[in-house]
Amino acid sequence: MTRMQKFFGATAALALSAGAAMAEPALIFDLGGKFDKSFNEAAFTGAKAWADETGNSFREIELQSEAQREQALRRFAESGANPIVMTGFAFGDALGQVAPDYPDTKFAIIDMVVDAPNVRSVVFNEHEGSYLVGMMAAMASESGTVGFIGGMDIPLIRKFACGYVQGVKAVNADAEVIQNMTGTTPAAWNDPVKGSELTKAQISQGADVVYAAAGGTGVGVLQTAADEDILSIGVDSNQNYMHPGKILTSMLKRVDVAVYEAFTSGEDLETGINVMGIGNNGIGYALDEHNKDLITEEMKAAVDEAAAKISSGELVVHDYMADSSCPAE
Amino acid sequence: MDLLTIVQILDSTLRLATPLLLACLAGLFSERAGIFDIGLEGKMLAAAFFSAAVAYTSGSVWLGLLAGIAASLALSALHGLASITFRGNQLISGVAINFLAAGMTVLIAQDWFSQGGRTPSLFGGGRFEPITLPFADALANVPVLGPIYSELLSGHSILVYVALATVPLTWWILFRTRFGLRLRAVGEAPEAVDTAGVSVVGLRYAAVGICGILCGIAGSYLATGLQAGFVKDMTAGRGYIALAALIFAKWRPWYALGACLLFGLLQAVALRYQNIDLGAFEIPVQFMDALPYILTVVILAGFVGKAIPPRAGGEPYVKER
Repeated sequence: MTRMQKFFGATAALALSAGAAMAEPALIFDLGGKFDKSFNEAAFTGAKAWADETGNSFREIELQSEAQREQALRRFAESGANPIVMTGFAFGDALGQVAPDYPDTKFAIIDMVVDAPNVRSVVFNEHEGSYLVGMMAAMASESGTVGFIGGMDIPLIRKFACGYVQGVKAVNADAEVIQNMTGTTPAAWNDPVKGSELTKAQISQGADVVYAAAGGTGVGVLQTAADEDILSIGVDSNQNYMHPGKILTSMLKRVDVAVYEAFTSGEDLETGINVMGIGNNGIGYALDEHNKDLITEEMKAAVDEAAAKISSGELVVHDYMADSSCPAE
Repeated sequence: MDLLTIVQILDSTLRLATPLLLACLAGLFSERAGIFDIGLEGKMLAAAFFSAAVAYTSGSVWLGLLAGIAASLALSALHGLASITFRGNQLISGVAINFLAAGMTVLIAQDWFSQGGRTPSLFGGGRFEPITLPFADALANVPVLGPIYSELLSGHSILVYVALATVPLTWWILFRTRFGLRLRAVGEAPEAVDTAGVSVVGLRYAAVGICGILCGIAGSYLATGLQAGFVKDMTAGRGYIALAALIFAKWRPWYALGACLLFGLLQAVALRYQNIDLGAFEIPVQFMDALPYILTVVILAGFVGKAIPPRAGGEPYVKER
């Protein structure tokens, strides 16, 4: 028995040292949880794609409480994981404190900028994707009125709204965009009932395409839009499957690409600010079997042309967060 | 503003007021019997989750409703056990129920459905469909009354009508039956009820049970009537607004109807018009959202009549002190 224990102990030690030598990458999911059908799950998809492709393994943890942020970061850094990727702006403060203590470890944070020499800050050009779906909304609309429903009223969501309005106006300068925010507290991310009522109110004002950038509230928006037989647009991950044939498209934020790239570069991860936009496949729109009948050739051509112009720099979509104002209403 | 817009806003008011009204009446029963209940929010949330989960699994919204009521009753029983049998602090028990429900629903949802704390979308028989009242379509073209009947009154799910019917029923039970008299007495002077040989504990459990049933209907309405599924924290503070409405209504059923409709109207207007432009100045949407709470504080401060809670509210009854 003692011999067995020694044997197991030795293998365990061997495995541990082997793990440290390989420097596995690590991924930390935010409170939404790994399988949230959205942001965190996209990160997991990217990591899994990397693992399947390379045959290597990665380490991961799902946070259960706010207090675990710093602890999880330190645990992974102490155990030699490199690089460490985390999803969500909420890691900003914790990473700002932890990063200087582990100068040899590379960190990547998504949706937030942390200024440290060993941190890669990945931010997305959501306004560009919103511009594209705005164009599609304007082309699909018959009434000339489209809607936008945001979650909590924060600059990030205004950035979505502003890009969307610009896209709508680019196609139809006379189109009207009804904009609503669900609320001003974090409860606004999880109030599908309010989302439904906002959708009904927008429908009664003539809207026939509604874009939801509102987290869990968006579930209510998409549901009501499908019930009332108008089109809706999903956000962050591909939500087309939720109501096949009723969701025009989804604005994609390719968190999976960001995680995949970070894992692929490994310890040589390039630090600094990494902007993911249309140009580098960080942002896009969803086209699959659920919405292929809704997207006409003409629509696709126009949107792809705009996407090409945006990535070449010929067309610049105004970023609300740059000057806290929007040129289009 | 034309008639159609007004009808649409009132229609929205009715939908938004229904969960508030059910929760408010639930609180009314409980608090009239001397048991403060700030766990309305938690009970609604638990009911919302279990109704959606069972409605999805079984495909029957009625089984869902029963499951929602059962979940809410279980939490009520917990509240009763803590605050009636063990004479614990009612507020703490209520807070605990809110936390328990917020965490438990997401945990179980994740375990059962693996969709990030959501239930899958309900469809077909898993949802309460809108009911068209008789002659609604025929009368739709009658001027003024037509749209009011066909748009405003008709076309809601059955739980809306249940909620409205609960108001006179509550009034009748509380003020016209022997049970109601005793229930009110137990909230004002439990020792008198005890002296008369009626069980204080039994009455209080009955009140907490009715509270559980009504919260269960309210939660099920959110998940299976208004929505098609559960999303974490989907009650979004409606239990607290219902409590505010209860104080605003001074613990009376008909006033509760008025208060809930008023709060629903405020929400509906805030949703319809982001910022209301009054020419000289603009009312921001945040002000409309805060108005229910502001009104409640005004009432509590005694500016408009006096809100006197049941006298024995919040105190566990101890025999032979």
